[in-house]
Amino acid sequence: MSNSGYVPNLVNKPLWLLAELTYACPLQCPYCSNPIEFAKIKNELSTEDWKRVLREARKMGAAQLGLSGGEPLVRQDLEEIIAEARQLGFYTNLITSGVGMDEKRIKAFRDAGLDHIQVSFQASSEELNNYIAGTDAFRHKIEMAKLVKKYEYPMVLCFVLHRQNIDQIGDVLELAIKLDADYVELATTQYYGWAYHNREQLLPTREQLARAEPIAHQYQEKMKGKMRIFYVVPDYYEVRPKACMNGWGAVFLTIAPDGTALPCHAARQLPGLEFPNVRNHSIEWIWSQSPDFNKFRGFEWMKEPCRSCPEKTRDFGGCRCQAYMLTGDAANADPVCDKSYHHHLITEVIDRVGRIAAKKEDAPKPIVFRNPRTSKALADARPAVKPAVPA
Amino acid sequence: MEIKATTRVYSAATVPQIAPTKRFQWEEAQNCWVILYPEGMIKLNSSSAEIMKRIDGRRSVAEIIADLKQAYPGAELDNDVYAFMEVAHEQQWIRPKPGQ
Ligand code: SF4
Ligand code: SF4
Repeated sequence: MSNSGYVPNLVNKPLWLLAELTYACPLQCPYCSNPIEFAKIKNELSTEDWKRVLREARKMGAAQLGLSGGEPLVRQDLEEIIAEARQLGFYTNLITSGVGMDEKRIKAFRDAGLDHIQVSFQASSEELNNYIAGTDAFRHKIEMAKLVKKYEYPMVLCFVLHRQNIDQIGDVLELAIKLDADYVELATTQYYGWAYHNREQLLPTREQLARAEPIAHQYQEKMKGKMRIFYVVPDYYEVRPKACMNGWGAVFLTIAPDGTALPCHAARQLPGLEFPNVRNHSIEWIWSQSPDFNKFRGFEWMKEPCRSCPEKTRDFGGCRCQAYMLTGDAANADPVCDKSYHHHLITEVIDRVGRIAAKKEDAPKPIVFRNPRTSKALADARPAVKPAVPA
Repeated sequence: MEIKATTRVYSAATVPQIAPTKRFQWEEAQNCWVILYPEGMIKLNSSSAEIMKRIDGRRSVAEIIADLKQAYPGAELDNDVYAFMEVAHEQQWIRPKPGQ
């Protein structure tokens, strides 16, 4: 038994594999969850590396595969990777902005055995969509969404909601109905990576949420049996944290474009962890043996108030990355929890955002769109992502 | 579970197929048959799996029942199979093959 209190043979198997095939992306979403310094991370895995990762993860029991990025369509070997995944028995999900897709590729994906395509939209109106994405992509996305339907994929539309577009939630849902979506994910921005950097510009206000929620529920009711609508309140407005990733190293395994293996796609920024690379280790070793994947398994690592909290088996103390970004210590309770000694950090941001939206206070910095240039500039300005509060 | 005749989608002649958005397969690591779909995985018990295995877009419900009776002689399973069809339909695991 290691000092983290975990027993190797009790470790669950990774059920979900998220393959971030590349950090390259033609869009520039300010809420992107990729690391700020993505432009400095080179050395993408080869096709053969990915195939080996798929084989090894499948052998350990992974059944769901997410192909994402960046924009996975940038990878010209995507068809080959999909075919391998299918042959291994994965249920394969492509998570894309639709930019770089055309009918020929959709058909090739179908032939290769792709199960499901999720197209993300930035907003419902062309103008705002293009502003948020930093490109002229909207019309193309609509075309792609129609093709997804034509090739009999389940159509999952994902709208990332934030302060700049949440007031259009009704339009967003009307667009989804027009496109005949099967599932709509009204995904609330998660404040990691670029979204964290732009948080003061993106977090919706309390009033916005109060307006949006009844509209979401009204459409859920109206579309019952026809379209499933998932709506989640941003965790900043909750008093209990999400059971992040169902627990550290419990079911999710992310492989970053350069082969770094992570328990969640934001974990790369955590200090003091080296995170193993699939170039040097097997998935089996990474998952079961590596110190980093074991670091926050079980409950021994916890501090108060989590340590003696009866709810720890339900939420595992929340998100390690959020705890680190906001409090400077990844072993603290997620400050979303109102039992956390740092919960005021969340309520202060909410209050500040309310003042900024009401134009009573200026935003601390302008919104920054994600692209290689801003990435390098930000990475040079602060070599490591510094936590809001010193450790 | 009681399913009223009026809500019935599947009759003896209906040919069911697995919904194009779902995948039914054996999972070695789980040691059971599962249905995979965009958000996750449902593990099936063995009797559900025996029915699902026979849903191939060719056989009708009556043929599936006959086949099951051959595999499990003496079993009274008509009602169970019909009930399963309706539930599986509601869950969108299966659908009547289009164009029947
Ligand atoms: S969030 Fe936007 S910028 Fe980031 S990878 Fe996705 S589409 Fe590209
Ligand atoms: S104190 Fe920790 S374990 Fe308890 S509810 Fe809050 S985050 Fe969860």
